[in-house]
Amino acid sequence: MLRFLVSFFLTIFCFVLQSTVFPAISFGGIVPNLMIVLTASFGFMRGEKSGLLFGFFCGLLADVFFGSFIGLYALIYMYIGYLNGKFNRIFYPEDIKLPLALILCSDLAYGLLCYLLFFLMRGKFHFGYYLLHIILPEAVYTIVVTLLLYPLILWINKKLESREQRSARKFV
Amino acid sequence: MSPVVKRKGEKFTLPSKYLLFILTIICTALIILTFYTGFLSTPLSAVGGFLIVPMQDGISKAGSWLSTRSEELVEIRSLIQENEELKQKVDELTMENISLQQDRYELTNLRQLYELDSQYDEYQKIGARIIAKDSGNWFHSFTINKGTNDGLTVDMNVIAGSGLVGRIIDVGPDWAKVMAIISDNSNVSGMVLSTSDNLIVTGDLELYADGLISFEKLVDSADRVVEGDKIVTSNVSDKYLPGILIGYISAINVDSNNLTKSGVLTPAVDFEHLEEVLVITQTKQTVTEGD
Repeated sequence: MLRFLVSFFLTIFCFVLQSTVFPAISFGGIVPNLMIVLTASFGFMRGEKSGLLFGFFCGLLADVFFGSFIGLYALIYMYIGYLNGKFNRIFYPEDIKLPLALILCSDLAYGLLCYLLFFLMRGKFHFGYYLLHIILPEAVYTIVVTLLLYPLILWINKKLESREQRSARKFV
Repeated sequence: MSPVVKRKGEKFTLPSKYLLFILTIICTALIILTFYTGFLSTPLSAVGGFLIVPMQDGISKAGSWLSTRSEELVEIRSLIQENEELKQKVDELTMENISLQQDRYELTNLRQLYELDSQYDEYQKIGARIIAKDSGNWFHSFTINKGTNDGLTVDMNVIAGSGLVGRIIDVGPDWAKVMAIISDNSNVSGMVLSTSDNLIVTGDLELYADGLISFEKLVDSADRVVEGDKIVTSNVSDKYLPGILIGYISAINVDSNNLTKSGVLTPAVDFEHLEEVLVITQTKQTVTEGD
């Protein structure tokens, strides 16, 4: 129950932050993608199901507020979360390299999917431009933000897990 | 044994594979439903507006307060210097003003010819503040802090200063989603003011960094349209009210088909520093029905 509440507020916090504060600190009009960081982190920290649920709700928020129809962002984020969950088995909290690599890959994949679905489908073939001006800067900026946000997410998850273990022991 | 089947005394859990499958189907269904109908957007946007909009509203208010304060501090230093310079300028400008006043009579006459000025004033407008911007980097839509409670509906035109910003594409009780004309998926039917030739103004992500938008399908066989010409919204558009300034032509080329022309134009609105906008509370339909 506590985990649900914390997850709920974390998602809303990240979404509100990204849509209000981050445009003010954007570099060259590029905003980092907090929701990918959140989705991917919970994916590889907690497993496939957490990742896909986080992705689904993050995407749904983006859909309701900024999508032209509902469900497409949810689908993209959900699959990114699910695939990150596959790496849960080789994840250790002490290691920062795997999370960084995974979040970088997730953001690149998100950028590519966005290009494929929203731009290539409308006959915009200038891929080099979009790669250099949108996808790569976003990925780099997201990684920078990850270095700040990821320890916080890790800490929250650790607290929640130790709490859950304690209550489980008490129950036994 | 199937992993979905519930064993005795064990908590029921759904394997993530199946959950993914179910949610994928739900998403696909939602995409198809909202693409063709749009009946779901009302309850969902009401929930979203209830949860998120108050927070966005508060944060952007606090943010704009902070940024104004910090700007003030920075500005005080430069203001002293600027004041000196400005005093000198006042003298120069007084001279210039006299000559300009003569030009004004001419301008008034021209305005009467175009009847642009009066058209702008006729529309009822309502001010709104931008409280959130698109969370991604691909499109340029934003949320404003007025909604159906203030009488807004979908397809109302949004302007800022003297130029067109976009139109409302989705509306909740106290928020509305505005698609900017610079957004890559936006198309506006426009018209060259001097020659009344129609054209299509299209947002383009590749031009966004330069602060430009592109236009195409301009039929101008007489070669009368030149750089610097004003582009306004056209009479034939079914979403945009006629005669709202979009921008000025900054480059113009002949297409390879030798029939039409395309090029880029500089928008009249500074989209980078947009904070407050005006919503025209009349849609094209209500205006024409009223006639």
